[in-house]
Amino acid sequence: MEITKLGMAGTLESCDASVTVEPPETGNSGIELSIDCPDRRFSPHVRKAVLAALQEAGVAAARVFVRDRCALDCTIRARVLAACHRAAERI
Amino acid sequence: MAPMNSVNREIPLPLRGLEGAQPFGGAWARHAAQPRKLLSAGRPTKVLGSLEEAIRKSGLESGMTISFHHHFREGDQVVNLVMEAIAQAGLRDLTLAASSLTSIHAPLVELCRKGVIKRIFTSGLRGELAEAISHGLMDLPVVIHSHGGRARALLEGGIEPDVAFLGVPSCDCYGNARGWTGRSACGSLGYAMVDARVARTVVLLTDGLEEYPAAPASISQVLVDWIVPVDSVGDPKRISMGATRMTRDPRELLIARRVVDAMDAAGVIRDGFSFQMGSGGASLAAVSFLRQRMMERKARASFALGGITSQTVRMLEEGLVGALFDVQSFDMEAARSLGVNANHFEVDASFYATPDTGGPAVNLLDAVILSALEIDTDFNVNVITGSDGVIRGASGGHCDTAAGSALTIVVAPLVRARTASIVPRVDTVVTPGETVDLIVTDRGTAVNPRRADLKDALAQGGIPTVEIEDLAALAEGITGKPQPVEHTERVVGIVEYRDGTVIDVIRQVKD
Repeated sequence: MEITKLGMAGTLESCDASVTVEPPETGNSGIELSIDCPDRRFSPHVRKAVLAALQEAGVAAARVFVRDRCALDCTIRARVLAACHRAAERI
Repeated sequence: MAPMNSVNREIPLPLRGLEGAQPFGGAWARHAAQPRKLLSAGRPTKVLGSLEEAIRKSGLESGMTISFHHHFREGDQVVNLVMEAIAQAGLRDLTLAASSLTSIHAPLVELCRKGVIKRIFTSGLRGELAEAISHGLMDLPVVIHSHGGRARALLEGGIEPDVAFLGVPSCDCYGNARGWTGRSACGSLGYAMVDARVARTVVLLTDGLEEYPAAPASISQVLVDWIVPVDSVGDPKRISMGATRMTRDPRELLIARRVVDAMDAAGVIRDGFSFQMGSGGASLAAVSFLRQRMMERKARASFALGGITSQTVRMLEEGLVGALFDVQSFDMEAARSLGVNANHFEVDASFYATPDTGGPAVNLLDAVILSALEIDTDFNVNVITGSDGVIRGASGGHCDTAAGSALTIVVAPLVRARTASIVPRVDTVVTPGETVDLIVTDRGTAVNPRRADLKDALAQGGIPTVEIEDLAALAEGITGKPQPVEHTERVVGIVEYRDGTVIDVIRQVKD
């Protein structure tokens, strides 16, 4: 899936995550990931869930910002997939 | 010849049977002279012009202990006002013994830094002060007491307040004070009553000075030294514990229904029983369901204890509950009732919960419903530190009622956001698992294996139960296994059990 514009999904409510996906900077070809996770106990889980969802969406190159508000993995997956689809103009 | 006393009587000393007797030396030889004035010249008064004068007259010095109560909760205006005046007076190294502290007390952080406050005793700690203490603000660890444990320490001398600064919504010029009248009405003064009894000097602060006599009074004039009128002792909007309307959260409603079903199956809901319920959403909903069940069963409770809410007041006024023992009124309706209902009794913290007395009211409880931040598979309960290890709660009457009640029920949603409530090991133990009988969550009810009688009763009543280990596993399946919270070795908090022994310590969190 090719990211062509800015796509967003999610909110900053508790139990949710706000995800922004943008095209990569010129010259960059990988995933540039920035995560704000208030609960340090789950930082690795959030990172893993985000990367898994990006892989599932087939996104190889993008800038991704995640502002986690203690969301469960299933919520993070849903928000990342939705943001990718919007950023790829699939929906 | 025997000496003459001051009214020219010959007193032949020593007197047989009263060998230490001293001759009379004049009416004011031993006490300050009482001004003899007609009423037109005004009544004798303990009212002073300023807080500064009261601090001076109280004899407060650096290094002493001062005490406060928390009946104004998040609306408290007293602690910050008094501490600022004490700082201005140049006093230092004080021990602050409060029945509880809340997020409104954030300004104390600066006074701890400046050395005005050296040490803190409290039941609860929240907000910026709690955050700063968890990160190592103070040299001496904060000591967390239960309500019963604090009253015990005050009565035994473990805490010796030199001066108690007690905010009261109304009092007269001689110190008869109460909490159910006045514009800052807070209801019961149950925690303050113990401080008034034991403190060397008692200073009342009030925004509701009344004509003498303000009777009946919760704090008697014989305990009071000075009175200071202030603009406000509490913000009425923040004194009440939020809205007490019925929750619409389906998880809380489910938990509440399960609690009442379990109480019923255990045979608790019968004529003459007693209960205490907290002010959390599930607890309040449980009171409402309990009321319906009591009407169906035609069962009348003998008394309800503890923090009193509008819900229990309604049951008193409907005749479903015979009496209310009120150590803390959670809302304005409870405060009103305390002033008008003959069977709504104000009780102090020692009557409520202190062990080692003739016996506190918690010992007569048939059931108590308590909330929790975390419960572990040994049934230990944490109500003081959050999932990040930072202090954000209160011990309160949790361990006191759990120990006293015949049936202790702890309620919690299985998972809050990404934090499990049922865990293999709680961060900080406040209430030991041996005093906890039943855990009710939205995903299942677990019985403490120590209570085989309860397990049988629930099975016979058709109440499904699960093992607590299964609840912990279910929670971890939803949230994932968290990385452990990192602490340093330094102790920032000491959690005392109600008997004064140390049940756990709180270590500084790593930045």
